[in-house]
Amino acid sequence: MSGPRNIPGTTLFDGAQAIKGYALNKMCYSFNSAVNREEFKRDEDAYCARYDLTAEQREALRRRNVLDLIAAGGNVYYLAKFAGILGLDVQDLGAQQTGMTKEAFKARLVAAGR
Amino acid sequence: MARIVGAVTTSHIPAIGKAIARNLHEDPYWKPFFDGYPPVHRWLAKVRPDVAVIFYNDHGLNFFLDQMPTFAVGAAPEYRNADEGWGIPTLAPAPGDQRLSWHVIEQLVSEDFDVTTCQEMLVDHAFTIPMALLWPGEGAWPVRTVPICINTVQHPLPSAARCYKLGQAVGRAVESYDEDLRVVVIGTGGLSHQLDGERAGFINRAFDTQFMEKLPGDPQWATRYSVAELIELTGTQGIELLMWLAARGALGRHASAVHSNYHIPISNTAAGLMVMESRAA
Repeated sequence: MSGPRNIPGTTLFDGAQAIKGYALNKMCYSFNSAVNREEFKRDEDAYCARYDLTAEQREALRRRNVLDLIAAGGNVYYLAKFAGILGLDVQDLGAQQTGMTKEAFKARLVAAGR
Repeated sequence: MARIVGAVTTSHIPAIGKAIARNLHEDPYWKPFFDGYPPVHRWLAKVRPDVAVIFYNDHGLNFFLDQMPTFAVGAAPEYRNADEGWGIPTLAPAPGDQRLSWHVIEQLVSEDFDVTTCQEMLVDHAFTIPMALLWPGEGAWPVRTVPICINTVQHPLPSAARCYKLGQAVGRAVESYDEDLRVVVIGTGGLSHQLDGERAGFINRAFDTQFMEKLPGDPQWATRYSVAELIELTGTQGIELLMWLAARGALGRHASAVHSNYHIPISNTAAGLMVMESRAA
C-alpha cells in the first residue's frame, strides 16, 4: 500500500505537513474572500499577524518562494490562492520551482506532448 | 427504475473557465482541446440524462483542513459556485436532487461506505468546468446533480481500488432507485500533471494513454497501483484519475469507449476526455 515513498522533487501533503502548515494554509484559505485579499494587499504584516505563522512561514511568504512555502507546510491548493493575489498562474509557479523561465517551462510542457 | 446511460470523464483545468469566458474555442492553443467536446454534446443529446452524478475533488473552496472528509456526498437543493481566489468566472448554481442523494447515501452506508453528507456544499471548478464543457451556455443546466467529492488534498487518500468500488456501489445505488431517471456519471480531473515541487510540469503521455486504453474494458488494471505509485506515474495532481475510476466503476463490469480525446498541454496538464457506455458481456 502507500507507505512512505520518496518521489524526487515531490512533497506529499500528509499528516506531518498538515500539522506543520496549518496556520499558513488557514491564512491562504481565507483568500477565497476578495475582502481578505484586499486587506492582505493593504497591510501584509497586519494580516499575517492575525494567523499564528512560524518565522519560516512568514519569511517564505515575504520572499514569495513556493518551494520554501511547501517546505513550511504549505499545500499547493491553498498556496494557489496566495499566488492569485500576486497575479501568478500555475506556469509562473512551475517556472519558479524548476528554476526555468516561464517560456522555457511552457516549451517543456509542449514538448511532453510530442 | 433509474438507469445509467453512460459516463463522461474529463479534465477540469481552471484555465478552461477563462478560455470559455473569452470564447477561445478556435484559438490554435485551445482548438485541439475544445474540438473533443462536440461529439460529447451529440452523445448527450442522444442519451438525454435527467441527472448527473459527479465525482470530483474540491481544491479548497468548500473543505478546509479543519474537517476533511474522504468521501462527501451532496444532499443539497442546489450547489453554488464561489470565488476561489484566483479569478475564474463564477458559474450559475446547479440544481440538486435531494431524494436521489439520500437514496445514494443510504445505499452507500449500507455497503459500508461511511460517507459525509452535505446539505450545504459549495462546488469548485472541478464541478463547474465539466458542467460548462458538457452543457455550454451558462445558467441553464439541463440536469439535476448529485456531487460526490473525493479527497485528493490531504494524505492518506483513498486507494484506487477503493474509489473504483465506491463507483460500483454508486452504480448499484442508482440502478436500484425507484424513479424512472436517466443518469449520466461524470468523473473529473487529470490526467497527468504536477503543480508543486521541483517536479512541477511532470506529464506522462505513455501512462495516460495506457490508462485510457484500459479503463473501459479492464478498469482494475489501474487499481493494482498504490496512491504513491500513481503519483509517481502521473504527478501529484494526476492522482485525480481516481475520479475516472469511480465513474467507470458505476458502469458495471463491461463497458466500451464511444469517444475519447487527449491533448498536451492545457496549462500544466495532459487533458483527457472519454465517453463510455455499459454493454452486455
